[in-house]
Amino acid sequence: MQLDANNHERFIYHFDPEENDIEMATKNLEIYYGKNLAMQNADIQFKKNTITALIGPSGSGKSTYLRSLNRMNDGVATVKGQILYEGVNINQPGIDVYEVRRRIGMVFQRPNPFAKSIYDNVTFALQRRGVHDKKILDEVVETTLKQAAVWDQVKDSLHKSAQSLSGGQAQRVCIARALAVKPDVLLLDEPASALDPVSTSKLEQTLRELKPNYTIIIVTHNMQQAARLSDYTVFFNLGEAIEYNKTRKIFTRPKIQLTDDYVSGNFG
Amino acid sequence: MQNQKLAKQLFKKSKTARYERFGRLLCFSALVMIMAIVIGIIVFIATKGMSTFLKDHISVRDFFTGTLWNPGTKTPSGHAAVGALPMIVGSFLVTILAAIISTPFAIGTAVYMTEISPKRGAKILQPVTELLVGIPSVVYGFIGLSVVVPFVRNVFGGSGFGILSGTFVLFVMILPTIVSMTVDSLKSVPTYYRQASQALGATKWQTIWKVVLRAATPGILTAIVFGMARAFGEALAVQMVIGNASLMPHNLISPASTLTSVLTAGMGNTVMGSLQNDALWSLALVLLVMSLFFNLLVHFIGRKGAFSK
Amino acid sequence: MNRSQKQSRFAIAVLKGIAGFVVLILAFLIGYIFITGLPNINWRFLTAPAKAFSSGGGIGIQLFNSFYLLILAMLISLPIALGASIYLNEYAKDNWFTAMIRTSIEILSSLPSVVVGLFGFLLFVVHYKFGFSIISGALTLTIFNLPLLTRNIEESLATVPDDQRQGGLGLGLSKYETIIHIVVPAALPGIISGIILCSGRVFGEAAALIYTAGQSAPALDFGDWNPFNIDSPLSPLRPAETLAVHIWKINSEGIMPDLTKVSSGSAAVLVLAILIFNLSARYIGRKVFEKMTSMD
Repeated sequence: MQLDANNHERFIYHFDPEENDIEMATKNLEIYYGKNLAMQNADIQFKKNTITALIGPSGSGKSTYLRSLNRMNDGVATVKGQILYEGVNINQPGIDVYEVRRRIGMVFQRPNPFAKSIYDNVTFALQRRGVHDKKILDEVVETTLKQAAVWDQVKDSLHKSAQSLSGGQAQRVCIARALAVKPDVLLLDEPASALDPVSTSKLEQTLRELKPNYTIIIVTHNMQQAARLSDYTVFFNLGEAIEYNKTRKIFTRPKIQLTDDYVSGNFG
Repeated sequence: MQNQKLAKQLFKKSKTARYERFGRLLCFSALVMIMAIVIGIIVFIATKGMSTFLKDHISVRDFFTGTLWNPGTKTPSGHAAVGALPMIVGSFLVTILAAIISTPFAIGTAVYMTEISPKRGAKILQPVTELLVGIPSVVYGFIGLSVVVPFVRNVFGGSGFGILSGTFVLFVMILPTIVSMTVDSLKSVPTYYRQASQALGATKWQTIWKVVLRAATPGILTAIVFGMARAFGEALAVQMVIGNASLMPHNLISPASTLTSVLTAGMGNTVMGSLQNDALWSLALVLLVMSLFFNLLVHFIGRKGAFSK
Repeated sequence: MNRSQKQSRFAIAVLKGIAGFVVLILAFLIGYIFITGLPNINWRFLTAPAKAFSSGGGIGIQLFNSFYLLILAMLISLPIALGASIYLNEYAKDNWFTAMIRTSIEILSSLPSVVVGLFGFLLFVVHYKFGFSIISGALTLTIFNLPLLTRNIEESLATVPDDQRQGGLGLGLSKYETIIHIVVPAALPGIISGIILCSGRVFGEAAALIYTAGQSAPALDFGDWNPFNIDSPLSPLRPAETLAVHIWKINSEGIMPDLTKVSSGSAAVLVLAILIFNLSARYIGRKVFEKMTSMD
C-alpha cells in the first residue's frame, strides 16, 4: 500500500513543551512491512498522566503504531524515525530494548495469562530480574492486583492457575502483571475487545484510577469507549494520523471532514 | 539533567540482553550439532563405502552387476566375487512387492476410515493403526518367523524362507504407516470438495474416486514412498525370514537376501579394513543413497502436489 | 436404481471388505502376540537372567538394559532436541539455511536404523574405543531419537498461541526467557506426550543397537550400584543386550529348547510396554494440561 500524504488535510495538535510534561512522542515515524510503507505522518506527543485513545478503521495502522512505541515491532516491521521517551530517542541502535519494554508496558487484545499461578503471573518478570525476596513479591502482588481492581476476587486463590480465570479477571491480572515491573507508560491494544460490557466498564474504571501515576495510550475500535475514557484522541486512517486533539473536540467539533465522517458513523 | 541519566540507563546492556544472546547461541549450537551428525553419517559411510572401489580396486561394474557374493574370492571368470546384485535385487523386490500389495489395502482402509465410517474409524481403527506403527520390527520378524514362514512352507513349498515371506512381513509392517499417512492426507481434503461434488449429483463412490482421492493423490504418493523407504531400510524383520542366502533370487520361495540382511548378518563376522568388511560398507552406502533418493522423491512429490493445487 | 448408484454401492461394499480384512490382519497380529505371549509372562520370567542352552531363562537383564538405555538416550537427546526445536520454531528465519537444516533433520529421520547403528559402530565402538557398551548404545539411540523428538517438540511449541510470547516480551523479558519460562511450560502437555511416544520407539529399536550396545548380556550384580564397577548395572562400559535385540538374537541363532516361549513372552512384554507408553502419553499429557489450567 503506497500512501500519498499530501492530497488531504490533517490536523495534529502540538503541546508547548515548556508548559506541558511530554512523556512520549514520535517524530518522522515511518513503519515498513518489508517494502510496504504502513505508517507515516504521525508526529504525536503524549502528555504525562493522561489517557490518549488511538482510533480508526481496521487496517488504519493504529495497532502498528502502538506496538512501535515499546519496540514490539522489532523483527516484524522496520521502524524509521524517532520515538522519544522522556526526550530520549529509544529507536536507535544501542538502546536496550528490554529496559524500554519494562518502562513502557503493554497489555494485549486477548487476555494472555501465562500457564502459571496468578501469583507467578504477576511476579514472574520481577523474579527473572533477580527479585526473590518473598516480602517484596507479596507486597507487589497485593498492590498491583489492588491497582488493577481484581484483588478481592483472587486474593484467596493466588496460587491457582491464572488460565482458569474469566476473561475480565484474566485481563486485569494481565494489567497487574504489567504494573508489577513499575512502568511509566502503559500501552493497551484493544484491551476490552474480548470482554463483556460489565468487565469492560470495570476495566475503564481501573484505567481512570491508574491515570494519576501512569501515561496511558489505548487503541480501541469502540468510539464510545474512547469518548468516555480518554483525554486526547488520535484518529488514524490508511496508515497516517489524520487528526489529533482533545477527545471532546474530536467527538464534537472535528477539524477534518474524514474524522467527522468516522466518529459519526458515516465512514466509507 | 534527567534525560542524560535516563539515556545512560537505557544504553546500558541489561542482564536480560546478555541472557538472550547466550540462550540463542545455546539453541543454535544444538541445531548445528544435529546437522553435524547428519553430515558426519553421510561422510563416514561414504568414505568407508568407497574404499571397496578406491582402496581394494574393485570395479564399480563388478559390484553392481556381479551375481556372486563372496568377498575375498574370485568368480570362475576371474572377477572379484563382490557382486552385490543379488542383494540389490532382493531389496528392491521385497520393497516393490510389499508396496504393491499394501497400497490397495491401505487406501481402502483409509477411505473407509475417513469417508465411509469416520466414527468407527476414529474409535477403533485409528488407535489400532497407531499402536501398530509403533510395534518394534523384531516383533514383526518374530511373527513372520513363527506364522508366515510355516504358512509359506505349507502352501507354496520350499523352506518357507525367501522373498515371499519377506514381502508378507513387510506388507503388514508398512501397512499401518501408509494407512495413517493416507488418512492424514484424505482428512486434509476440504469438506466443501465433497459437498460440491455431491451437490452436483455425484454418487458417494464417484465423489471418493474422482474428487477426494484425486485431490489427495500427492499425499497418498508420499505415504507410499514413506512405506517403501521403511521397507527398503528395514533390517531385522526381513533378515529373520528371508533365509540369508546371497544368491540371485530365481523364485519367490527360495532363500535370498537383501542389503540390510547381509549387513546385519555379516558385519560382526568381518575384520575392520578387510575387503570383506569394506564390501559390506559399500552395501551400507547403497542403502544410504537409496534413503536419500526416497527423501528426494518425497520432496519432489510434495512440490508437485503444492503446485497442482 | 441407476448404474452409477449400483456401481457406488458395489464399490463401497468392496471398500468395507478391504477395511474388514485389514482389521482382521491387525486383530490377528495383536491377538497372536498376546495370546501366545502373555501365558509365558510371570514375575520370574521378568526378573530372571537369560539362559543360553537350557530352558527356564528369563529376560531380567535385558529388560533392565532396555530401560537403562532408554533413560540415558532420553537424557542426552532431550536438551539437544529442545534447543534445536526452540531454534527452529522460535528463531529460525525462513531462508535457505533453515531449509537446509530442516532437510537434514528429515534425512536423519528417514535413515534406516541399521545405517544409524553402523555409524554408531564406526564412531563410538571403533573410533572412540567405547566397545560394545551401554554408552555406545545410548549415543547411537540418541542419534536415532533426535529427529523425531525434535519434530514432536517443535510441533508442541507451535501450538502455543503467539500472545503468550507477546506477553513475555511485553514485560521486558528476553525472547529466550519467554520461551524457556512461558512457552515451554505452556507446551508441556504436548512435549511430554512426544517424549513418551518417542520412548516407545526407542524402547523397541534393535537394528541400531546390535553393533553398538552389543548382543550379550553378562550377569549383573544388582547389589553394586557403583557405575565404575564393570559388574554394576549402571556401568556405562558393559555390553548390554536389550529386550528387542534379545528377540532377534535368539530367533537368529538361539538354541535353548524353550526358544518360542521366551520369544513370544518377550514380544508380548515389548508390545505391552509400547502400549503402556502410547496410552500413558495421552493420559499424562491430558492430566498435565488439566493441572495447568484448572482451579485446583
